[in-house]
Amino acid sequence: MKHVWTLFKREVVSYFTHPIAYAVIVVFLFLSMLLAFTLGSFLDAQDASLTYSFFLFLPLVLMVLVPAVGMKLWTDEQRNGTIELLGTFPISTWSIIFGKFLAAAAVWLVALGLTFPIWLTVNWLGEPDNTAILCGYLGSFLVCCTFLAITLLVSAFTRDQVVCLVIAAAICIVLVLGTFDPFLRTWSKALPEGAVSAIRAVGVWDHFMSLARGLFRVQDFAWFASIITASLLGTSAILTAKRA
Amino acid sequence: MIEVENLTKQFGSKTAVDHLSFAVKPGEVLGFLGPNGAGKSTTMRMVTGFLPPTHGDARLCGISIVADPAAAKKKIGYLPESAPLYNDMTVGGFLGFCADVRGLAGTAKKEAVERAIETCFLDTVARQGIDTLSKGYRHRTCLAQALLHDPEILILDEPTDGLDPNQKHEVRQLIKRLGQTKAILFSTHILEEVEAACTRALIVDRGKIVADGTPAELIERSGTGSLHDLFRQVTTRDTEAAA
Repeated sequence: MKHVWTLFKREVVSYFTHPIAYAVIVVFLFLSMLLAFTLGSFLDAQDASLTYSFFLFLPLVLMVLVPAVGMKLWTDEQRNGTIELLGTFPISTWSIIFGKFLAAAAVWLVALGLTFPIWLTVNWLGEPDNTAILCGYLGSFLVCCTFLAITLLVSAFTRDQVVCLVIAAAICIVLVLGTFDPFLRTWSKALPEGAVSAIRAVGVWDHFMSLARGLFRVQDFAWFASIITASLLGTSAILTAKRA
Repeated sequence: MIEVENLTKQFGSKTAVDHLSFAVKPGEVLGFLGPNGAGKSTTMRMVTGFLPPTHGDARLCGISIVADPAAAKKKIGYLPESAPLYNDMTVGGFLGFCADVRGLAGTAKKEAVERAIETCFLDTVARQGIDTLSKGYRHRTCLAQALLHDPEILILDEPTDGLDPNQKHEVRQLIKRLGQTKAILFSTHILEEVEAACTRALIVDRGKIVADGTPAELIERSGTGSLHDLFRQVTTRDTEAAA
């Protein structure tokens, strides 16, 4: 646990002493607000829940920006050779994986936290269900963690940040857009209804939107937890296999 | 002390290290020589626990790197070949991070960092960003992290590579001084370094030991009084290997 904290501190300091975290946070805030005030009709919707004016559009922004935060995590170590230093320190690979993962998740916690003005605004203008809004934030954070775990897995494969960004973003885009209802209805016309439901269940939307609506369902947490766990296990397996 | 027994590494069908066995006692500086691709770095990576051996084992102060890597790694200070560092940190910050990883805290951490900075002559750059350092300082910073926890064993992969003659001399003197109490294994391409800093030397070729002895014994074995001649006699040239 102590080593996780040591690695976490190093990565967090690395993020915030460089422009990457600031750039991603600023772009995230700009895009999320832009979508909320245009497509989300935040001011005209007469809806204080934030579900359809704000949260609905977050996966569209996160599917590209989250990989931008996670892409350096293992690629830099492999390109600079510092993976050799880490591999000869008396710490486990899991401590390093968790430390890196939690540091990148902390960047997204800050980014999501900085959208607080929109929360204050709906409380000022109306009487929203704040538990449902908290649930929406939890869902958004879980989406970030899921995309980060996928990016961590991809970054273990390559030493090239651009390759990592493109592949990780492509996987996240497929998970988001492939199961986004308007797209799903178009491309799955020929498929039986059971198959469409199954596809919906493996995508982001079903699980994210249930949380964004304020619903706590076991299957949603199981979905997020299983993708994160599988990706982190895969990361460890690839790092081990690369040395064998 | 380092005890290497039948250490072997295969990458697919290629055998990089072939049943290598040797030992380094405390107070001994073992020079590890060989042409490029002879398996020096691979051996060091296995001894330090970075690469798992295909066969064999290395025991560090009696602890197996295969059976108990975490305990064995605590005994080692390692300088990898290219002296990798985190470019986004300062020298002091990097050494502090390495001290944390090594489990040093409080006064012990502060003293360890100060001692490593002093030993490696890094006082003037301690607050400087690593990305702004010259190659010599980068090497010495990486060497400093290897010395931080005052390990009983030092494994140095080409510690003088890319340094100017003054810096090379300083590092050799440092190795000689540290070698009085520690077991040191260091690889080099510079044969003069063997005479200057080693108590014993091994020459490896295609993953096997082809010569082993004190610098004086090896020079005598050459028949011409030159370590260069012996090196050429016992090792394979790139062009021969390709043919």
